Amino acid sequence: MAIRKKALVSSSLWRGVVSIAVFLVLWEIGSLSKFWIKWESFEWLRNALTGIDLKPVYLPWIGAVPAPTEVLHAWAGVIGDAGYWQSWYMSFFRVMSGFVTAMLVGIPFGLLLAVSRTAYGVGFPVFEVLRPIPPLAWVPASIIFWPTQELSIAFVTFLGAFYTIVINVVGGARSIDVRYFQAAQSMGSSQWDIFRRIILPGTLPSIMVGSSVGMGITWNVVVAAEMISGGGSQDAGSSGGGLGFFIWNSYVGGSYEQVVVGMISIGIAGYVSSELLRAVGARVTPWMRLR
Amino acid sequence: MSELTTDRPAIKAGEIAVRNVCKSYGAAHFSKEVVKDCSFTIERAKLTVMIGPSGCGKSTLIRLLAGFEQPTSGTLELNGERIEGPARDRLVLFQESALFPWMTTWDNILYGPRARGELTPQTVELAEFLLNKVGLRDFRKKYPTQLSGGMQRRAELARAMINNPEVMILDEPFRGLDAMTKELMWEYYSALYEENRRTNFFVTTDIDEAIFLADRLLIMSNIPTQVRTVLEVDVPRPRKLADLVENDRSNEIKMQALSILHEEAMKSFSRGSKAAADFVDAYSKRVKG
Repeated sequence: MAIRKKALVSSSLWRGVVSIAVFLVLWEIGSLSKFWIKWESFEWLRNALTGIDLKPVYLPWIGAVPAPTEVLHAWAGVIGDAGYWQSWYMSFFRVMSGFVTAMLVGIPFGLLLAVSRTAYGVGFPVFEVLRPIPPLAWVPASIIFWPTQELSIAFVTFLGAFYTIVINVVGGARSIDVRYFQAAQSMGSSQWDIFRRIILPGTLPSIMVGSSVGMGITWNVVVAAEMISGGGSQDAGSSGGGLGFFIWNSYVGGSYEQVVVGMISIGIAGYVSSELLRAVGARVTPWMRLR
Repeated sequence: MSELTTDRPAIKAGEIAVRNVCKSYGAAHFSKEVVKDCSFTIERAKLTVMIGPSGCGKSTLIRLLAGFEQPTSGTLELNGERIEGPARDRLVLFQESALFPWMTTWDNILYGPRARGELTPQTVELAEFLLNKVGLRDFRKKYPTQLSGGMQRRAELARAMINNPEVMILDEPFRGLDAMTKELMWEYYSALYEENRRTNFFVTTDIDEAIFLADRLLIMSNIPTQVRTVLEVDVPRPRKLADLVENDRSNEIKMQALSILHEEAMKSFSRGSKAAADFVDAYSKRVKG
């Protein structure tokens, strides 16, 4: 049993490696089409491209993207650059501060809405009106509201995670089986005890779901906010404004390889944050992974 | 099995009187009467089993006894005092497991004492004793989802009994278990009962379960529910599973109970109940064969 399980894990890892390798090779071939499409043996392809009204210089879409080798080369160029790592740090810091604030505010707020009918009646309608407003629509307003650019980016990031966390907490707490409350009540629980030992652990799985969705949104939002607001603190220089600004700056500077470097960096950063969150989730809800 | 070294809290058995209870749901002329002028007593230190056709309002009676709901009219009393809400003197075991999924078997069993701030060395010892009694010593650190259906029910029995309730109320607790597990559960449960003799109220739709466990058998009418007949199951304890087949008295009571249930099923069959049709069919085959 244990051996089979181990084999399964390594085979899925193996498949992952193969899939990434195949993806990189196809990408390389595709983006190098600007070279090989000129060869005589590919005349049919050139004609076909002309037929659909394209200049037969390279394959559509993929041909315009820098090749992985070029991206790697550009990456090697910035990897020793303090500004690049500063961008990582800035974005991570913004995501984490926005996300943690959203948890600290959202979880108690959601629980309050779930346990108190009055709070729900008063708070939920306002919440539901504000919720459909996309966090990015808040960018101009938050630039006006907050004294520094850093705070306005953090605020927009906070909003990205906040709504999702609250909605999940409210939904999770309300869907706890009524029999758990009845059982706890008949065994002599006080209200506080029911909250602490039934509602809180019963809501934890939903909190974790809300958090991982919220984390994804936070990364979306932070990158866009950095692009729009010009990288936050003006004195940070051209490369100290976060990964979103790093991409924008590379684009403006015409370095398309660096644009891709920035994109992949965000992919890695998002993946790392989700994995961290999953590890925390498995630790705080040990009964969930045993199903 | 380890015996207790310290004194256990004395068993205090309660008696419940149900008087002219009516319960209906819904407003005005859309209202549906589920329980109608129902009266019975759950006698002190006896195992009373209630059996009736499914959907006859047994679960409604349970909720009234537990205090989760109030009757439309009539009274329910425990030891002469009116039942006004849920309390630890009447513990309910629900149809499906209501173990807290986020707690281990051990923490589930100790929930009641912890909630009331009564976690003494004696309680811990009692928890240990009960854990052994229901055969879950090796599963104390497991979460409910890691236990089988039968184990979950046993853990729940232990969780209820540690609170030393005056009345235990069980709502079809062994439903959904396979036949072998069910018989094992009957043995565990009746052994626990015979040892303690607290007041037990057990609701079921399974006639064999009813005959095997009951001191008194309440047979319910169709909806709106009332007690149709009370049978004293005077088969000596401890009982054996073989009694169900071999003991003449057991069989006599069973046939008597079945014929009354058949009459009730015929009544609802004539009103178009499909569940009743199944029962009528099964009964006629059994009687002919």
